[in-house]
Parts: sequence; structure tokens; C-alpha cells
Amino acid sequence: MSQEDVLAGLAAIVNEVAGIPAESVQMEKSFVDDLDVDSLSMVEVVMACEDKFGVTIPDTEVKNLNTVADAVNYITANK
Amino acid sequence: MINLPTADLHTHSGITGLGAYRPERVVSNDELASRIDSSDQWIRERTGIIERRFATAEEDVVTMGTHAGLEAIRDAKIDPSEIDVVIVATFTHKYQTPSASAEIAHLVGAVNASAFDLGAACAGFTYGIGVSDGLIRSGNAKNILLVGSEKISDFTDFDDRGTAFLFADGAGAAVISATDVQGIGPTVWGADGSSRDAIIMAPDSIAAGLQGVPSMLTMQGQQVFRWAVGSMGEICERALSAANITADDLVAFVPHQANLRITDALIKRLHLPDSVVIARDVTTSGNTSSASIPLALDTLRKSGSVRSGDPVLMIGFGAGLAFAAQVALVP
Repeated sequence: MSQEDVLAGLAAIVNEVAGIPAESVQMEKSFVDDLDVDSLSMVEVVMACEDKFGVTIPDTEVKNLNTVADAVNYITANK
Repeated sequence: MINLPTADLHTHSGITGLGAYRPERVVSNDELASRIDSSDQWIRERTGIIERRFATAEEDVVTMGTHAGLEAIRDAKIDPSEIDVVIVATFTHKYQTPSASAEIAHLVGAVNASAFDLGAACAGFTYGIGVSDGLIRSGNAKNILLVGSEKISDFTDFDDRGTAFLFADGAGAAVISATDVQGIGPTVWGADGSSRDAIIMAPDSIAAGLQGVPSMLTMQGQQVFRWAVGSMGEICERALSAANITADDLVAFVPHQANLRITDALIKRLHLPDSVVIARDVTTSGNTSSASIPLALDTLRKSGSVRSGDPVLMIGFGAGLAFAAQVALVP
């Protein structure tokens, strides 16, 4: 799965969980500051990513996922 | 080896009465928000909580639990002397010993009752229903008063941005009795002590005494949210299956009132049909731990949203990472 595919899949999840337009979910965006994804929605995004991409994202890793790029890179590297 | 006799078995058990006590003082989000640099809107969006109730300095687990217990006894139409066991689920009683249950038994006039407290935090009420079902059907009791009573405001850190606005005070109670038809489904329950620190009173009470600092409730919010949303859906499904019913047969879903976001996420995972009434008492009661399920069920019953004989799914979950779920029929 390419980075573009992961980004598209993540954008769909963020849209589903937090109601944010998928096209706003771009690599440089911060989940909290730019996309207004709060800490609980972030947990839902992480859980949906685990289901969709078959990765494991431990609690200790969630706090390091600040930007969309952080999440896409983590998923790409660990799936 | 000799074969000891069992008590005279009762075939069935069920909930036969409910009671509730909500302290008078309503506490708004605005009242709590200033100390944590937050706002009414911020709290509502993250928890669904609009307001909650706090007990007065004179009220405690015993006084609130007594009010709720007396109402449940009246509702069950029994005399307090007929109660064999008083169980109080709580984690905020001010004495480690003696139990709150012994005092509540005395105050409600349950002169013939044994009494013990049950420590399963937010799962305490549904743990208590499972324990009561077993005690009755084994013949060791005929009428049980189960109380969930909490004064969490005594143990809340009002400077903690993660928990200051979540917790509240109150008491709920149920009478569980030997009945003609089975009104309590099998209890699906468990605990995971490897996650001890996810929700914990810190520092521990001995260190708190030595250091002269209060022991307060602390929580790893993201970890607990993930556990609740990720694992409790399956427990709900197992409780439905154990009761031999499907989500379509259910009249109401009464989860522990921890946070509306957890409830909403669980509903989505369970694919509950729109016909199922959802308890959302957290919006005006906050999280009252062991009291939250009986308070929420009482609200649904008094509003006419559920009627006698309706099957409801209850699930409690929280510290210890303890959980318990069962289907029960509304009294």
C-alpha cells in the first residue's frame, strides 16, 4: 500500500470519526491544532486505523502522532 | 466424605424495586471550568456533561445510600426486616472499616440482614447484581438490598484538566428478590489488574497520610477510553447472547454513565437498532461510578421510557479494569 493510499484511507477515517472533510486531511496538518481532532477522537482514529491497515498502534505511540504525516509514516513503516 | 446440605434453593431471582438519591446542589460546567482554563463548550464536547450534582458537607455515602435504599424498599413493597443481605458498592466511603453497608442496613431498618461492601468501582452495581442473583438462587438469601453510593467530590482533583468535570455524587439502589420468573440474565464479568494505574487513587492512603496530601482519583483518559470502546462492545454481545436474546429484543441500553462519547461509540459498535432507548443520564448527573446505572435506570423508568418487564442491557466498567454486564427485566 502506497503512502497516498494510506493518506486516503486515513482521511476517510478522520472524516467518519470527526466529521472533518477528507480533503482537509493533508500531510502537514496537525490533528489537534489544524483539524480540531480532540484526544478521544484521536483514540477512535487510531482504533479505526488498526482495523483498516492491520497495524498495532500502542497507547505509548499515540501521543507521538501529532501530524497527519506522523500517522501516515507510522502506518506505512509498521504495517 | 460427607455431603453437606445446601440452603433451600430458589429457582429464580429478579429486580423488584429501584430507588435513587440525587443531592440538591447542581454544579454547572462554568463553575468548574475556570480552575482548569476550560469552558462549558469544551466540557460538553468531550463528555456530553451539562451539569452534575455534588453532596453537601453533611451528606456522605451512608446518608445518600440510605435515602436510595429506603426508596427501593418501598418500591419493592417489602418490610425492611425481610431483607437478608445489604450490599453497598462504593469506593468513596470515608472509613476503610467498618463497612458502609452495616450502617445503611441499620438505618433502613434491615435488622435481620448481613452486610458487606463491594469494591469494583464503576462496575460495582452490575457486579452486585451478579452476586445477588447467585446468593438468591443458591438459597442463601431471599431479599437483597443492593446500593451504589458515591461521594466522589471528596476525592476529585479540581485542578486536573482530565477529570475535574467528570465525577459527581449520588446513590442508586435496587432490591433483588426470589421471584416466579427469572429476571436477571447470566453475568459476564472480569477484571484486569495489569492496568492497575489506569484509574487509581494516588498517592495511596498510607503515603497520603505520611505526606499530608490528599489521595485523589487519577485517570489515564485515552487508555481507559480505548479499553472501554474497544473491549466492552464484545462483553455486551456476550451478555445478550448469554441471555438468549438479540439487540432487536432489547428495550433499553443502560451502560455505566462514564462519558457520553463512550456510550455513543459503544452504540455504533453494537449496531443497536434505533428502537433501543439509550440511557444518557450522564448529561445531567455526571459520572457517579457505582451509582450511575441504577440512577440512569431509575430516570428511564420514572419518565416512562421503560416499563415493568422490559429487558435492558446493563454494563459497568472502570477501575481495576473491572467490568460486568447482564440483561435484566425492569421491575
